[in-house]
This record gives sequence, C-alpha cells and structure tokens, in this order.
Amino acid sequence: MTLENTAVLPAPVAEGPRGFVRDGLLIACAALMAVTLYLVFFWAPTDANLGVSQRVLYFHVPVAILGLFSIVVVGVASVAHLVTRRESWDSVAYSAAEIGALLTSLAIVTGAMWGKATWGVWWTWDPKLTLTLVLWFIYVGYLMLRAYGPRGSQGARYGAVVAMIGAIDAPLVYYAANLWRTTHPSLVVGPVAESGAIDPRMAVALVVALAAFTLLYVYTLIERYALRRSEASVDELYRRTA
Amino acid sequence: MKEYFGAIWAVVWKDVRLEMRTKDFVVSVFVFSLLVIVMFNFAIEPTPEAVDLAAPGVLWVSFVFGGVLGLTRSFALERDGGNLRGLMLAPVPRDAIYFGKMLASFLFMMLVEALVFPVFAVIFNLRVVEPWLLPVALLATLGIAAVGSLFSSMAVNTRAREVMLPLLFLPVVAPVVIGAVEASAVVLGNGAAKDVIQWLPLLAAYDAILIVVCAFTFHLVVEE
Repeated sequence: MTLENTAVLPAPVAEGPRGFVRDGLLIACAALMAVTLYLVFFWAPTDANLGVSQRVLYFHVPVAILGLFSIVVVGVASVAHLVTRRESWDSVAYSAAEIGALLTSLAIVTGAMWGKATWGVWWTWDPKLTLTLVLWFIYVGYLMLRAYGPRGSQGARYGAVVAMIGAIDAPLVYYAANLWRTTHPSLVVGPVAESGAIDPRMAVALVVALAAFTLLYVYTLIERYALRRSEASVDELYRRTA
Repeated sequence: MKEYFGAIWAVVWKDVRLEMRTKDFVVSVFVFSLLVIVMFNFAIEPTPEAVDLAAPGVLWVSFVFGGVLGLTRSFALERDGGNLRGLMLAPVPRDAIYFGKMLASFLFMMLVEALVFPVFAVIFNLRVVEPWLLPVALLATLGIAAVGSLFSSMAVNTRAREVMLPLLFLPVVAPVVIGAVEASAVVLGNGAAKDVIQWLPLLAAYDAILIVVCAFTFHLVVEE
C-alpha cells in the first residue's frame, strides 16, 4: 500500500443520528430505567397470588414485546433494502435482527423462570411461547446465513429474503400454534386472566417499563447501526488496499 | 402464457428425466425416511397407546427430514454442474424456473411419501390405505417444496450448506408441520372428517402465501 492510495480512501465516518441525539437518548433511557426500577421494586404492590416473582413481569413483558416487534423492523427494513438497494437499510435489518435475537433469548429465559415459579413448569406450548421460540430460530437462522453466506450485496439480498419470509411466517406460526393448542385441553391459565383486572399501579409500572425498554431498543439499534456502518467502511478500506 | 407453462414443464421434465436415470432423490430419501421411522421405533416402545400419540409425529418428521435431504440435492446438482447459470441465461422468467424446480421436488417427495407410508403403516400396525391423508399430504408437501426450493437455492451458496438449509427451513415450515401432524393424528386415530378439514385451510393458506412470496423473491436470490 502506498501513500498515494491512502489519499483517495474515504475516511471511516460514524453514520446515523448525530452525537447529541444519541447522548440525549442514552440519558433519557438511563433516567427512565431508574424510575422503572423504583416503580417496580418500591411502588407497585406485591401480587396477592404470585408474590414477589410477579415482579419479573415488568422486565419480561417489554422484552418479549420488543423481541417480537423486532421482526417487523427487520422485515420492513429488508423490503426497503430490496426496493432501494441501499446498504444502509440492510444495516438496519441486520442490527434489528441481532437485537431481536438477544431480546427473544431474554424473553424466553425470564419467561421460563417466571413459568416455573407460577405454573410449576419451565415451558409449555402456549401459542405465544411457540411463536417466540420459532422467531428465535428465525433470527438465529438469519444471523447464521449472514455469517456463512456470501458477502456483499448478494448476502444482503439473501438476508432480506429470509427476513421477509420470516416476518410473513410469524403470524402463520401463531395461528397454527393457536389452533393446535385449542384442540387440546389447556393446562395453564395466565396469571392476569386468573385474577381478572390488574392493580392500576401495576399497569402504570408496566407502561413505564415498556417505555424505558423501547428507548433502550431505539438507542441500541442506533448504536449497532452505526457500528455496522463503521464495519462496512473498514471492510471497504480493507478490500481496496488488499 | 403457453411459453410460460412450457418453460415450467421443461424444467420439471429435465429433473424428472435426470431422476429416472439416476434415481438419486427417490432412493436416498426413501431409505433415509425409513431409517428415521425405524430409529423412532427404537426410541419409543411401540405399544398401542404410544403409537396413537407418536405415530403422526414420526411420520411427518421422517417426511420433513427426508425432504430436507432431497431439497439440498435439488439445487446442489444445478450448482455443481454449472447448470444454474445455464438456467439463468435461458430467455424465460425466473419464476418459471422456480416453479419448475418446486414442482419437480414436490413430485419426488409425493412419490417418496407414497412409498414410505405403507411401510410406516405396517411397522406401526395401522391401516395401509388412508384416503383422507391424501389432501393433507398434498397441501403439506406443496408448502414444504415451496419454501424448501427457495431456501435450497440460497443454501447452496453458503458454507456448510447441509446445515444451512434445515436451519432456515425448519422454523419457517413449523405451521405446516403442526397442521400436517395434527390432521394426520385425526386420520390415523379414526377421527371425524370435519376435524381433518379444519386443518386444511391453514395448510392451503400457508401454501398460497408462501408460494407467491417465494416465486416473487426467487429472482433476488439467483441474481448475481
């Protein structure tokens, strides 16, 4: 590599929202997390039937909702990538898939712990559980395809096709699992359904927790996106000098 | 329109002729599916109660795993011979090529299923002729072939292609497996026709949606 070559190389620049937006998000997210922790552990009442274990709800539900929602982000970004052929959309899809895999993992682990405490079993083939597990496999399949598949634009297209099919498949999985479980006697009843309505303070804590985790999701997505773009520019640098 | 179906038919006929000469797909998938069924017999004690519970699941696991094996070969053959490029250069729409490959895999899988089912029925001591299984098998196999053909065309271009196809394919066909296993359980357990029929719309809807999406996205996969 000669010095003349370096002169024409693009300097890797951080992409995505500007610094102060990110810092603001991070501070808002941290503050809301602190409020959530206070609400969950000091303010919300202890559940009469389930006891302290019910407090995992404030962590489990937002993580699970965002984990499922992430496939929509991956799917939409993938379609946008296929339509516009812009690499940045692919980076959004990839980042959302990684975060989705993490969140569904957390949802499954926290759900299993809560399930053991309340239902007495770690796992049951409830439609929501089935959907979460199948989605987890779809996220992992997507990430493995990106790791083992072709590089560059072809790999991005492969990923986009798998993500699109995964997003379309998710409602079908839920529908099938629902039909499947309703043909068998249901063994478990959800804790919320059992007690009827939930305490308004619990509802408030849950909404605040959901907001906090949504901010965390957006912040993580932006950070991962910027990192992915930097990776791409380093790859480009490597490719040109190799 | 006539040329379009002609192109589909040409691809199907190419695969059928190749299969008639080599018998690769049908023989290997048939033997593999049988082995899966035999392995399950070792894993579960085939008492009448266990058969009622496990037989439909065993049947479809053997079909789906066999299908994965066959579908991996379907595009591996095209790629290894440099044939895929030839197909892509042909002046026909890309989705016609997809439909041709899918229909060929569908035909081979149906043939294997027709061969495996009597043996399965004998081993599990069930009736050998079950007419209600036909619509279930047709719809489920169509869904499996539709998704499998698209993913197979992707998996051949990855490292560890044998692992990649099942990893991508099995989660996506989960609704088909659930539907096929439950409907087969009704058939094998002498259930009412309406209990079988309630599963058919799920399978049909899955097929309709996935065939359209897969045919539509196939050109994105094979594009270079």
